[in-house]
Amino acid sequence: MITESFAQQPWLSFTVFAPLLGAILIAVARVMARTDDDGVIAKKDQEQLASNARRVAMITTIGVLVVSLVAYSQFDPSIAGFQLVEQAAWLGGGISYKMGVDGISILFVLLTTFIMPICILASWNSIKDRVADYMIAFLVLETLMLGVFCALDLFVFYIFFEASLIPMFLIIGVWGSKGTKEFAGYTMPSRVYAAVKFFLFTLVGSLLLLVAMAWMYSKAGTTDIPTLQQFEFSHGAQRWLWIAFFASFAVKMPMWPVHTWLPDAHVQAPTAGSVVLAAILLKMGGYGFLRFSLPMFPLASLDFAPLVYALSIVAIIYTSLVALAQEDMKKLIAYSSVAHMGFVTMGIFTGTKQGIEGGLFQMLSHGFISGALFLCVGVVYDRMHTREIAAYGGLVHRMPIYAFLFLFFTLGNVGLPGTSGFVGEILAMTGAFKVNSWIAFFAAFGVILSAAYALRLYRQVIYGELVKEALFEIPDVNWREWAPLGLLMAFALFLGFYPGPALDVFSPAVDLLIENYDAALSAGGQ
Amino acid sequence: MDPFVVLLPLFGAMLAMPVGRLFGARAAELVTTGLLLVAAVLAWILFFDVALGGNARTRELFTWISSGGFEANWSVRLDTLSAVMLVVINSVSFLVHMYSMGYMKDYGEQSRFFAYLSLFTFAMLTLVTADNFLQLFFGWEGVGLASYLLIGFWFKKKSANDAAIKAFVVNRVGDFGFALGIMCIFYVFGTIQFDEVFAAVASDATVVPYGQIAGDHIQSLTITFLGNDWHALTVIGVLLFIGAMGKSAQFFLHTWLPDAMEGPTPVSALIHAATMVTAGVFLVCRCSVIFEYAPNAAAMVTVVGAITAFFAATVGLLQDDIKKVVAYSTCSQLGYMFFAAGVGAYGAAMFHLFTHAFFKALLFLGSGAVIIGMHHEQNIKKMGGVKDLMPFTHILMIIGTIAITGVGIPGLYLFGAPFGTAGFVSKDMVIEGAFAAGEAGRAFGYFAFVMGLLAAAMTAFYSWRLIFLTFWGPSRAPEEVRKHPHEVPNTMMWPLVPLAIGALVAGMAFYPNFVGKKSDDFWNGALYVNEVHHEEASDGHAAAGDDHYEEANDNHGAATDEHTAEGDHAEKGGHHVPTWVLWSPFLAMLIGTISAAAFYLRGDPLRPGLLREGGMIYAFLKNKWYFDEIYDFLLVRPALLFGRFLWKEGDGKTIDGVGPDGIAALVASSARKIVKVQSGYVYHYAFAMLVGIAIFVTMILIRAGGGQ
Repeated sequence: MITESFAQQPWLSFTVFAPLLGAILIAVARVMARTDDDGVIAKKDQEQLASNARRVAMITTIGVLVVSLVAYSQFDPSIAGFQLVEQAAWLGGGISYKMGVDGISILFVLLTTFIMPICILASWNSIKDRVADYMIAFLVLETLMLGVFCALDLFVFYIFFEASLIPMFLIIGVWGSKGTKEFAGYTMPSRVYAAVKFFLFTLVGSLLLLVAMAWMYSKAGTTDIPTLQQFEFSHGAQRWLWIAFFASFAVKMPMWPVHTWLPDAHVQAPTAGSVVLAAILLKMGGYGFLRFSLPMFPLASLDFAPLVYALSIVAIIYTSLVALAQEDMKKLIAYSSVAHMGFVTMGIFTGTKQGIEGGLFQMLSHGFISGALFLCVGVVYDRMHTREIAAYGGLVHRMPIYAFLFLFFTLGNVGLPGTSGFVGEILAMTGAFKVNSWIAFFAAFGVILSAAYALRLYRQVIYGELVKEALFEIPDVNWREWAPLGLLMAFALFLGFYPGPALDVFSPAVDLLIENYDAALSAGGQ
Repeated sequence: MDPFVVLLPLFGAMLAMPVGRLFGARAAELVTTGLLLVAAVLAWILFFDVALGGNARTRELFTWISSGGFEANWSVRLDTLSAVMLVVINSVSFLVHMYSMGYMKDYGEQSRFFAYLSLFTFAMLTLVTADNFLQLFFGWEGVGLASYLLIGFWFKKKSANDAAIKAFVVNRVGDFGFALGIMCIFYVFGTIQFDEVFAAVASDATVVPYGQIAGDHIQSLTITFLGNDWHALTVIGVLLFIGAMGKSAQFFLHTWLPDAMEGPTPVSALIHAATMVTAGVFLVCRCSVIFEYAPNAAAMVTVVGAITAFFAATVGLLQDDIKKVVAYSTCSQLGYMFFAAGVGAYGAAMFHLFTHAFFKALLFLGSGAVIIGMHHEQNIKKMGGVKDLMPFTHILMIIGTIAITGVGIPGLYLFGAPFGTAGFVSKDMVIEGAFAAGEAGRAFGYFAFVMGLLAAAMTAFYSWRLIFLTFWGPSRAPEEVRKHPHEVPNTMMWPLVPLAIGALVAGMAFYPNFVGKKSDDFWNGALYVNEVHHEEASDGHAAAGDDHYEEANDNHGAATDEHTAEGDHAEKGGHHVPTWVLWSPFLAMLIGTISAAAFYLRGDPLRPGLLREGGMIYAFLKNKWYFDEIYDFLLVRPALLFGRFLWKEGDGKTIDGVGPDGIAALVASSARKIVKVQSGYVYHYAFAMLVGIAIFVTMILIRAGGGQ
């Protein structure tokens, strides 16, 4: 039985829609700004607009963080069911506006509200064109991402889930990096190629999700998520639905072999775009598996688990090997992200406590660590305007603080015990071992390979003699750069030594999930 | 007080950099060294309390990970095993800190160096004081990190960086096994706490692996691992041992250790000789109860240890870099410790670990002094005659050499202990233990015995060769160096004195406790002694072996009692080792010493006949049996090439080519045709057409896009 406790105040709605307030404010200023005959804003006003937009965005995101913390203070981690639930009639006929969180989703809400101010800060100086539009895109994106984690109605979820594509698409396509690419007979900006690729992959998945949702609605007569979680679809139907949901979530994760959009998207996206992509957008896939696939289609989940294991293992080993061969810093980190997400999917579908908690924790930890790694790349990219590994070397001589921070996150990426990266990996693998030792065996190869590619990157960028003339005067990180990195490091370290605060929040919800999952399996004769 | 013995070095590590920045490098050195001194004193106090006073205890600090039954606490477990390690680690670490104050003077960046040294010490202490497998793993990887940082300390040097990465990655291969071992333990026992796991094994409790309906007695339980049914404890033992092989540089995973000599010499002494590399031995001893009931895993430990002892000694024979000689010697000595543990002589293994820390740290630090004195020269072929330049160092190195080669008088007992240097006492215990185990039918006991003897002869050879080439004979150093050898500061020389004393007497002093008549009281259950008769071992062979083994074990203990009490070597027969066995290590040592003298003291030391440069023996040994080349060819290159192949062909051509690029090409071209009107930003429109939601947001942006 899944309990729902309603909220006194609509804290979740406040949290979700607060960023829109900031976005509207900026948009108004944007529209009000004086324009000349061609519709171009005068240069001086543009600067004014930009600096105002930055400030508004910063204040808004920090405000949202505060609101989300208030919401969290109302959350009781010892209760397994949904909390802070709000419901309002909407389309009728079983579709309503419904929000709520449980132990699985609440920390992703916090992760989102925590990462956003960092993204705004990271964009402070590096984004110079159309700053107001950029900030609007980010604030809208925040609302949509928060909506994904809070929605308790499938249709509401769908809207947030799909719409989040749009701002991200624009962030990559408009503010992405400069180069061009020959493709299909045209010369186009590479960022456009990346944006289209990102869009195409996600679109295919989402169409299937839409169809599946429509079918489920026709069967169950509602899109209420808690109700659907207890609705028993027939075994055959579960399989089709599972595949449809899987198509959508697997792209978002991304799982092998639908991962190839990610390296391109990361490479082309501006720093903050990469951070948000790695830290939050990727988590929507894993979250979807836990919110929908496992509870709604337990029989099919069991059927398809071997497929997920296989794809996860391939992801871990394949992308780790590919990461070894990369020459672009961001690509390397992007491929390592795919490998790390492999641990998540592997853990989730074991249906064991350690596996699921490991997967959840890995997602959280990856949010800090790979977000920070992309920030680290951004630091040197802002200075040198290249992401090519070979263009660097010996940075430690000029940037000791940077070298230290980068080292820490490299080690986190490697999954060194004492960083949060370790906890998720070991739990996910432990869960996998319980199901089948082969899975853990292959996944553990990733542990070796991650050390090889991450340390190789670090050596080539940071160590060695400082011989490249362009780097002779490169300055170390300023406070705007080290402050967020320091904060992320504190989190990664704290959760590495004391993951309790996160694991304890997961625990009751995961227990309930497993209980229902096992009950459904035994009812289904499995 | 208990946690502080672990935490003080951590404070030092955290303080070193800030203090160094604010008050200068010397302050950072003093802070870290001072904290280590306190920690070392605490360690000795605990040693007397815990090991000699029998007050074993565990302090739980707070929960680390708790997920289902997968529970691990941060803890400080103090029993004799960890107390011995505490003493070794903190004492050597303190001496190395002190030594480094002098050694690092020429190099700069002392704060960072001392921070790393203290960090290492902390990680090593968490490793040995763990009360569960996960904290042990934490320390295990933590020392790996510190080792990585210290090997690559001179990060300008490419070779140092390569060596650092190699060390980390090869260790990770071992950790791969270790991590799987932990998972397997959890799968079988449902817990990763030492006490619960060891108690279950010792009492042959019934365990039910996850997902199984019926359990079985753990000692005879079989589980499915990688598609086959195996004896559960054997699987666990082998997996844990793979971890130990990586950390302790055993055969197949040894390749990183010689390269690790790229690090500063104090690091080699602390990490790559006295402490970190012995972590594998510690692990096997800590899990002695598992290995006792997993005879095949124990046999693997024996074989790998014995081969390593032999193999590393052969490679050490002809190395020219003073540090590499000592490094291979370390590798070889670790082999001794392992085969001792493998044949069930855990006390002897720990004893050798203990004494080895003294004489090997002494040899390394002495070598460091020579290197400094010789103006950073490491090639012993370019030295010679150093004894006149550095007489004190010469004496200390001789002490280290007689300790490692095992000089003593077989059969003579004084005050209940054999008379000889530390290495003599402990190595003889190891070799005799192997023979006794062979007698008792324990797998590969004789093999280990023979390998141990061969290695002992070679140990004597390369150790004396080092002395002869470095210190004796005419000097081959440049005029400048000969006239003005570097002054070696006192802070570097004083730490060698306690080590030298330890190298001489530690064996005799601690013999009764580690292996002699007091050993039962001393270990106090920290090392498992196979008391219960267990017929139902995994296979017949092992069952047969165990009978004898126990008998031998008992007799061995009894015999030790007798002759220690009476100091009578007629009782030797009761030892179950014939007199010739007792004398054999000594003879092997003599043979090695005499041949070293024959090759390097007569005539030109640079042209030692058979072993000359260019000869086949030379090439084979000098190239370390070509392990690096083979690994490079079989593993490293293919991994890189395969990665590139997957990227270009897999991601690029196959996945993208068939999927998105095909479709994207279609979309891109049609979109371009449709919207040639507006400049650029085709995708905005394509996108807007296809989705049709959230037009509002896009509109604003598209308008702006049109303006450019």
